[in-house]
Amino acid sequence: MSLRIVVCVKYVPDATGDRHFAEDLTVDRDDVDGLLSELDEYAVEQALQIKEAADDAEITVLTVGPEDASDALRKALSMGADKGVHVEDDDLHGTDALGTSLVLAKAIEKTGYDLVVCGMASTDGTMGVLPALLAERLGVPQVTQLSEVSVEGGVVTGRRDGDTASEQLEASLPAVISVTDQSGEARYPSFKGIMAAKKKPVESLDLEDLEIEADEVGLEGAWTAVDEAAERPARTAGTVVKDEGEGAKQLAEFLAGQKFI
Amino acid sequence: MAEVLVYVDHVDGAVRKPTLELLTLARRIGEPVAVHLGANAEEAAKVLGEHGAVKVLAADAPEFAEYLVAPKVDALQAAYDAVSPAAVLLPSSAEGKEIGARLAVRIGSGIITDAVDLEAGDEGPVATQSVFAASFTTKSRVSKGTPVITVKPNSAAPEAAPAAGTVEQLAVTVADSSKGTKIVSRTPRQSTGRPELTEAAIVVSGGRGVNGAENFPVIEALADSLGAAVGASRAAVDAGWYPHTNQVGQTGKSVSPQLYIAAGISGAIQHRAGMQTSKTIVAINKDAEAPIFDLVDYGVVGDLFDVVPALTEEVKTRKG
Repeated sequence: MSLRIVVCVKYVPDATGDRHFAEDLTVDRDDVDGLLSELDEYAVEQALQIKEAADDAEITVLTVGPEDASDALRKALSMGADKGVHVEDDDLHGTDALGTSLVLAKAIEKTGYDLVVCGMASTDGTMGVLPALLAERLGVPQVTQLSEVSVEGGVVTGRRDGDTASEQLEASLPAVISVTDQSGEARYPSFKGIMAAKKKPVESLDLEDLEIEADEVGLEGAWTAVDEAAERPARTAGTVVKDEGEGAKQLAEFLAGQKFI
Repeated sequence: MAEVLVYVDHVDGAVRKPTLELLTLARRIGEPVAVHLGANAEEAAKVLGEHGAVKVLAADAPEFAEYLVAPKVDALQAAYDAVSPAAVLLPSSAEGKEIGARLAVRIGSGIITDAVDLEAGDEGPVATQSVFAASFTTKSRVSKGTPVITVKPNSAAPEAAPAAGTVEQLAVTVADSSKGTKIVSRTPRQSTGRPELTEAAIVVSGGRGVNGAENFPVIEALADSLGAAVGASRAAVDAGWYPHTNQVGQTGKSVSPQLYIAAGISGAIQHRAGMQTSKTIVAINKDAEAPIFDLVDYGVVGDLFDVVPALTEEVKTRKG
């Protein structure tokens, strides 16, 4: 029986761009180019490796986001995912993590799954809670923050490197996993992959398809509210000296003046 | 006064510093009630009481060590049901965030992660966060349910505030559905004897300019002279020169020490995301154009292999 893998990906504003907030204090997506969150590329890569090791597997890549988010799906499809699901609805604007997890969970259930693969965090919100939220909502094991992962005989195993210990984890499918940037370099799409991606099916879903009321999501339905967002004042220019033999001494003087020595 | 649940991060009853910071912040919004899961609650209770915990709800069950995260969520939910708190605070570790997230779903509440400050507000606790690689500061609150907030280490100085710290046993039933992810084996990380990276008051980090694993002792020697933790940039970690557990940056750890010293680090946005909130920033780099110099309080343009060892000697001499 086919192993159904769903990879959750996020379309994020480019971190090297000038990111800021819109007037309603949601992330301004208009002024900065978007792309597939770099940390989600690791999730796509591990899904591809799991598929390659399985007899029969299919990868669906899933995203929730505005029209442009289809770019993130295309990137994942060009890497080798089989099909895409794009949840898009004007009422989703301003949805927070809990709301996003609700939408993703409903879309995952509708799509059908044995294994959900996520990145460790998005590169914009950087919360890192979505895999746990999904596991809780779907009622399946969470096997998260993995630097190594494999799936065999309906069991997922992996290594979680924590602050104080490294743990070997095991769970039966269905399960939600997340992988870190230590799990293995993500492949570049080949030219063939890019051409093939154009023909791969992408299903579009809205809130009605997922039986979610508009007031359960969006800015109004959010469980959290941002009241203020202020640009951090630029640091006042510090002292920079050129080392001409005295650099260490001058630095030590500075550190002593600040009472660090 | 409303009670505030504080999830205790500890190693066999030895309470870690971020928890004492949480207790200090919790006192701004209510009366801290600590939740201690695992062994040696009595020992932990002394420290927790000294820092303001009026009560310590304690539970120990083998399931906490045998399965990942979910049994701890069951326990924290039991504490929540017992207390009906005004807020739930947890440390912003990977586990703290995951426990908080799952609790939030269960109790129908919003969650805020990685707060760097917390204060009482008219509509509940207000959390300060540092976002977009620390280029923006936001103030947020949970608008539905009981606020669940995770707080980053070094967000407050722990203050002593003697309270009863009475230990009460918490009855916990671990659901079968919480036993899905087995911890098959556990290898404790070897201690380097240095402070933990996210908790350290001083961090000395090395980057691409260190130019090889064999040169990292130069960075370590400076760190040791200052009693500091050692960090590394992603470039240094990806090159295999230093362990990933020491990586500072967007995909590694974010640190906010009193003093951050970057040696041989150019200061790419991903690195800045992890250290920009440090109180004092110092950089040593050969390239005068390196973006890190835009952030520094003090910078030295020079070869780190000249400057760092000489600085180490200076520190040792001055410290006597």
